[in-house]
Amino acid sequence: MVKRGIPGSADRIGLRGAMSDRLLPFVVATMSFLAALALTGNFAAGQLAVHWLGGARKLLIVEVPDPGAPAVETLPGALKISRIAAVKRLLESSGKVIDARILSDVELAHMVKPWLGSDEGATFPIALPGVIVAHSVSPAPTIAALKKQLSAIAPKTWVESGQRWSRRLVALTTSLRACAFAVLILVALVAASVVIVTVRAGLAQRREAIEIIHGLGAQDADIAHQFAGRAMHLTALGGLYGALASLPALLWLGSLAAGFSESAGFAHADGALSRLRASFDVLPAVFLAGPLIFTVAAALIGWAATQVTVHGWLRRLS
Amino acid sequence: MIRFFDVGLDYRHIASPLRAQHPADATALASVSFEIEPGGFRWLTGASGAGKTSLLKLMYLALPPTTGRVELLGEDPSRLNRRRKALLRRRIGVVYQDFRLLRHLSAYDNVALPLRLARRSERQLHADVTELLRWVGLAGRLEHRPDELSGGEQQRIAIARAVVARPSILLADEPTGNLDDEQADRLLHLITALNRLGTTIVVATHNHGLIARYSAPVMELRAGRLVHHG
Repeated sequence: MVKRGIPGSADRIGLRGAMSDRLLPFVVATMSFLAALALTGNFAAGQLAVHWLGGARKLLIVEVPDPGAPAVETLPGALKISRIAAVKRLLESSGKVIDARILSDVELAHMVKPWLGSDEGATFPIALPGVIVAHSVSPAPTIAALKKQLSAIAPKTWVESGQRWSRRLVALTTSLRACAFAVLILVALVAASVVIVTVRAGLAQRREAIEIIHGLGAQDADIAHQFAGRAMHLTALGGLYGALASLPALLWLGSLAAGFSESAGFAHADGALSRLRASFDVLPAVFLAGPLIFTVAAALIGWAATQVTVHGWLRRLS
Repeated sequence: MIRFFDVGLDYRHIASPLRAQHPADATALASVSFEIEPGGFRWLTGASGAGKTSLLKLMYLALPPTTGRVELLGEDPSRLNRRRKALLRRRIGVVYQDFRLLRHLSAYDNVALPLRLARRSERQLHADVTELLRWVGLAGRLEHRPDELSGGEQQRIAIARAVVARPSILLADEPTGNLDDEQADRLLHLITALNRLGTTIVVATHNHGLIARYSAPVMELRAGRLVHHG
């Protein structure tokens, strides 16, 4: 059998004894687990941002004080209607808004419950405004003109756009994703450092054998290849174990994320098995390929860190 | 061809990782100049600590000289990159005083190592390795590891490993130290046969009986200086 590197033997310089086959996979598995969680955080933040921003940017909330009072007459002889109905009609006819909906008393009671503590059906100690929830056609509506029009028929009507919240949400999401990315980089660096320390220990342990082989005319690449092959095997195992161990945590996070999604499957899922299936639907395909991705990534880190370490170490020899 | 031009070696002036393996208190060699023609044979003698092993280390590229210049097989090692230096090492066979066998490999694998490094196929190298091990009297011990063999047997493996790739230069540091007279004669026979085939040979030894059995120029070192060559 002829192999690349130093041919003729799989363990020419005794690497099986030299490189810890317990510590390295365990540490890399831990790193892989953390990386999977960080990557999930990154994806989740991105997905939730996309989901929420889609709605928040276009959201308009219109508060109409004294909603039942008649609206200001805009056309002589026009039918007198309530302020809130007039506002809703104007919103719908403006062409800038869709889905304008007046919140019911029950919805209003639910909304103010944290502040006023009132239960459904109770009377409030203060007069509540009527609230209309709508979505603008444009993702960045200019509401100044609309405000002016609404105030003309229902003075003191107040309009709030979701723009302000969406900007904060973008900043928060960007920060979260940057943190997750930094964690990923840190985890990769720690994994590489562990590989380097392990390889250096292995080199020290097999110093004499390496010097003999070097003296017989082995190329640096031959020796590095022997170590790198072993390190790649051990780190790939660690990557795989860590990624597999992270799957339950990912599914749990997926089930949490499913609660935020509009997935009909999750909404109507009864029982643990159905909810598990729904969680799978929510997780991006990339997570289901996680074990493969983390195995390959860990193997590459192991291979590269070992190559650099061994070549650097061999430079000390004449 | 081996040429030394005013070569000096001071362990205090070589890189620390290499220095760590060597005594740090002495100038090992000073102003050593000589030339060994292709296919030449030299005995290298001198008292312990005279610099024989240091001189051999410069020849098999384990150390760079601190002064002067070394030329081996027409190449100046200091001008070679690491890849080409490794290729040059493959043309130099070395019998180390302490054998330097790989403990975890069998006798067969130890001897086969230089051929495997040279990318010879297993089928091609099998005949050479088994023939050499038979010749040094270890045909029945192919699968034994060094720790399972006597000092003399280990030395014979080291000799077989040094010559298996038919090197252009063979350097031997006290190669008969653990051999009986019969084995020493056989070794001398092998070395002289290689020499007749064109291999340049340097043998460092205290064994004046061995030197007397084969007439060849003698290089004598004393306190790191070459005091006699001829």
